[in-house]
Parts: sequence; C-alpha cells; structure tokens
Amino acid sequence: MEVLQNDQIASGLKNIFGDSILNVEYLDYLTITVKRDAILEVVKQLKEDSVYGFGFLTDLCGMHFPASVTGQKEQLGVVYMLHSLEKNFRIRLKILFPIDDPYVNSLTSLFNGANWLEREAFDFYGIQFKGHPNLKRIMNTDDFQYFPYRKNFPLEDQTRTDKNDAMFGR
Amino acid sequence: MSEITKTDKSLANKKVEVVTDGESEKKYTTLNLGPTHPATHGIFQNILKMDGEIIMDSESTVGYIHRAFEKLAERRPYNQITPITDRLNYCSSPINNIGWHLTVEKLIKAEIPKRVQYMRVIVMELARIADHIVCNSVIGVDTGALTGFTYLFQEREKIYDIYESICGARLTTNVGRIGGFEREWPEKTWELINRFLEEFPKTLKEFENLLMRNRIFLDRTIGAGPITAEKALNYSFTGPNLRAAGVDYDVRVFTPYSSYEEFEFEIPVGTKGDTYDRFMVREEEMWQSLKIIRQALTKIEKEPAGVFHANIPEFYLPPKEEVYNNMEALIYHFKIVMGETEIPVGEVYNCVEGANGELGFYLVSDGGRTPWRLHFRRPCFIYYQAYREMIKGSMLSDAILTMSSMNVIAGELDA
Repeated sequence: MEVLQNDQIASGLKNIFGDSILNVEYLDYLTITVKRDAILEVVKQLKEDSVYGFGFLTDLCGMHFPASVTGQKEQLGVVYMLHSLEKNFRIRLKILFPIDDPYVNSLTSLFNGANWLEREAFDFYGIQFKGHPNLKRIMNTDDFQYFPYRKNFPLEDQTRTDKNDAMFGR
Repeated sequence: MSEITKTDKSLANKKVEVVTDGESEKKYTTLNLGPTHPATHGIFQNILKMDGEIIMDSESTVGYIHRAFEKLAERRPYNQITPITDRLNYCSSPINNIGWHLTVEKLIKAEIPKRVQYMRVIVMELARIADHIVCNSVIGVDTGALTGFTYLFQEREKIYDIYESICGARLTTNVGRIGGFEREWPEKTWELINRFLEEFPKTLKEFENLLMRNRIFLDRTIGAGPITAEKALNYSFTGPNLRAAGVDYDVRVFTPYSSYEEFEFEIPVGTKGDTYDRFMVREEEMWQSLKIIRQALTKIEKEPAGVFHANIPEFYLPPKEEVYNNMEALIYHFKIVMGETEIPVGEVYNCVEGANGELGFYLVSDGGRTPWRLHFRRPCFIYYQAYREMIKGSMLSDAILTMSSMNVIAGELDA
C-alpha cells in the first residue's frame, strides 16, 4: 500500500486550489490553513479523491482569537481533523475569518457526523454554518443570549475583587 | 439572536398529530422519553413521534449535564485538568485521565519509562473491562435478565478495589500525574490484579453462558438498531460501535500510544452493527483486554523495579513529604503550582482508544499556565447523532435497547 506523504498532499492541494491554500505547517499532523470560502471544496476533494481517501471526519471545533491576540481584528476559526482510514493518515485543516462575518459552508452534505459538531461550534462560538439542516443550540438553552466559549465571556463573576488572575500567570 | 428560539419544526410543539390518507385516519402521539427516565441510564431527552408502538421520528435533546469543561480547562493549570477528564466517561475514568496525561506529554515531548507505560496499559485495560461490564450487563437488564448484571457488577467492584489501592479513589479516579503515577503501586495492587485475572474469566464465562445463546436474548437483540459500515463511518462512529458494523478501526493499532504496538491482541468485528453485534464485540474485547493485562504483567517483570514516573521535575508534581524536606522539590512544586514552568507553544491532537471509541484531546498552548484552547473529542457525542436514524421504524422497547448497547454516557455526551 502506498504511504501518503505530507508534501504530496500539500502540493497536490496547491495544484488544484492555488491561492486558497494559505499556509502549510508540519506540526504533529500536517496542518493546512485554507481560505474560508474554499473549505467545502477542499474537504470534498480530500474525501472523494481516492489518492487521499480522507473519508472520516474525526473532529471539528471552533476557536476564538480576540483582537489582543491577532493584533488586528477579532477572529473566529474552525479546526477540522480528517482521517484517511485506508492509509492511516491524519490531517488538520484550519480556517480563520473575522468575527463580524461568521459564515462558513457546512460539511453536513459530506459527513453526517458534522451535524452536531457544527451545532456545538455555533452554540459556543456563534459560527454560522451555511447549509446546515438544523442549526440551533445544542448544549445551552435555545433562548441563551451569549456565545460562552468566546474569550471575552467571563468564566466567573467578574465583579469579584478577591481573585486576581494576573497573579497566577493568566 | 432572535433566530434561536424554539421553531415550529420542533416535535415538542406537537402533542397529537392526525394524518389522513383519504380512507383511514392515523394518530401520531408525541412521547417524551426522558430527560429523567429509569430506562435511559442518564439525563437525556428523546421526543418520539409514535404510531402506536412504532417510532416514526425522534428528536434528541442533549446538554442536561453540560458543565463547560472546555471553558473551565482554559483557566486551570495542566495538572488540575485531570479531575475534569474523570467526569467525561465516568465508567472508565482512568482512560480519560491517562489520555490527558499523554496529550500533555506529547506537547512537552516527555519520555516515559517503559514500566510506567505498561502500568498505564494495565489500568486502561482494567477500565475498559469495567466499562464494558456496565454496558453489557445493562443490555442484559434491558432485555429482562437481571441475574447476569448482579454477577458481573461484583467483578466491577473488584476493579474498583484495584483503582482504590492505586490512587485512593474508586469512580472518579484522577489516577496518575503528568509523567507517570503519584506513587509506586503497593504489593496489594499486584495481588488484587492477579486475583482478578484468575477469578474474572470464570464469572465472565458464566455471564456469557447465561446470555449468548439465550433464545430470548437472541430474539431481542439480533436486528435491533442496526447500522451499516458506510453509515457508521459517515457518522464518525468509533470504538466498539464501529467495529460491530464491521470496520476494524482501533486507535490502539492505528495510532499506538503507551507501547500498545508491543502487545498481541485481536480486534473483534461484527457484521450487521446491531445490538447483538455490539454486545459480542464488547464481550470479546474484555477477553482481549485480559490478554493484554497478562502480557503487560510479564513485560513489567523485565523492567527495573520501582520506576513509576518519568524524570521531568518541571512537570511532575513531587510528593508532599519531599516538598517539605527537600529544597529542590519545594522549588519545583512552587513552579508547577504557580505556573512558572515553561510550557512549549504549539498544538497537539492526541487520541486514545476510550471504552466508547476514539477519545481525542485537541490542545492549543500559547505558552501560558493554562491551555489556550482544549477540545475534547467525545466519541459518545458524535455517535449519538445516529440514534435518530437507528431507531426510526423500530419499537420503543428496541430503542431502549439500542441506546444501552451504544453505551451513551451522559457525562461524555455533554462535557
């Protein structure tokens, strides 16, 4: 059986998608940052091209980067983990986008398993998945008014003065 | 935010629905299964649209015991996240604990002594057995066979005794630390493990004799809640549920951790992915786990005795008596607790084969004292999505059985 190589996947995707591949990193798994609008096509290509065969969505989760971290605008992100079970190869895809335009194409047309994972990312980060069949909150109540995993949502009562996180490295 | 209010589509809004096809009239009733129902072993609600006793459609509501672990973890130092992981799948806490330790060790690139790795394998396989005991004996209970449950739960108590001798706790174990275990296992632990290895096979055999060829059990479980391999993969199934559908995916083999590549064991697979297959896969996995524990015990004998943690003082919390009597230990203790140790910037995804499937930890570190982002890939949460499809058209009693054979654990579902 042919073994997939990091470079092979990265260059293969670059050939097809060109500018939509923003960044390629070799971390614990091959990590590719993709333009937000291209994510559905990239995943589709990875899934349906038999050379790759990434037919298994391992994980999907949201991310939030406040302006203090990005240095410019507040951003949201989604991280995908795909797994090619035939070749036993994992890949991580990332997309980043501004928080005031949180629209991403849903992967539910490719993976049924993406359904609740996307609902979770919507519930906690407010990421709107376009084409999702039932995008509503999953963990919190339906009338909840916040996106609680964003960094600016306080974990505890912020009026307390007896606790100073700055003393503890965060 | 106005778009997220209860929509008319929700099944909960329809009490009784009357459908006519010209001649006859049909009544669909809405039935609430849960949130707290004695047959569902946990807090989750299913709103069912029933035609008599047949389920036409269903809607699952999760999140009743959501505790925002991922948010909590962003404010906790690495060593304090272990007790959070206990509460994911609380039937097999040690796997979660050690999975978390392995994630941090992957981030800091720690080298773990072989003996510690084997000790971890022993605890994790015991946890797998304990988890499968719960699931399989409860399948028995849901088919009306309480006896097997009482036999096997006695054995589970013995596993808990082993946990207790290792770490002092029974259910939410918080076992081990980053780098290894908090203390050398006492003599009693090895005795208990050996006794368990001797006695458990007899009880398990007895349990299998009660159920495996039992006509009532066969009739109830064969064909109940089936799923094909393609669908299971599409739903991102992992663990025994995926293997019951016929896909031999096991993290212990595909992405070995903690020296699993050195062990000889088989991965049982089913064919139809129904309740009976899931039951049988779990049964066989218990036998395989016993095999792994036996191998680990022989491997440990060849390793230098007394090694129970890695040599990473910046991350491994020193024992308390050291802290009070030894300056270096005091310094390291202070550094770890106050978040002064340098933690590498980076991101890792690490997964272990939990009792229910691939338990993954996606950890992003910005070099701070706490994770920048920690995401738990909970197998339960992901495969429970398929429940709606699996119970469509089946009887209510089969739906209960399907749920218990999928081993949906509320703690893991809601995180």
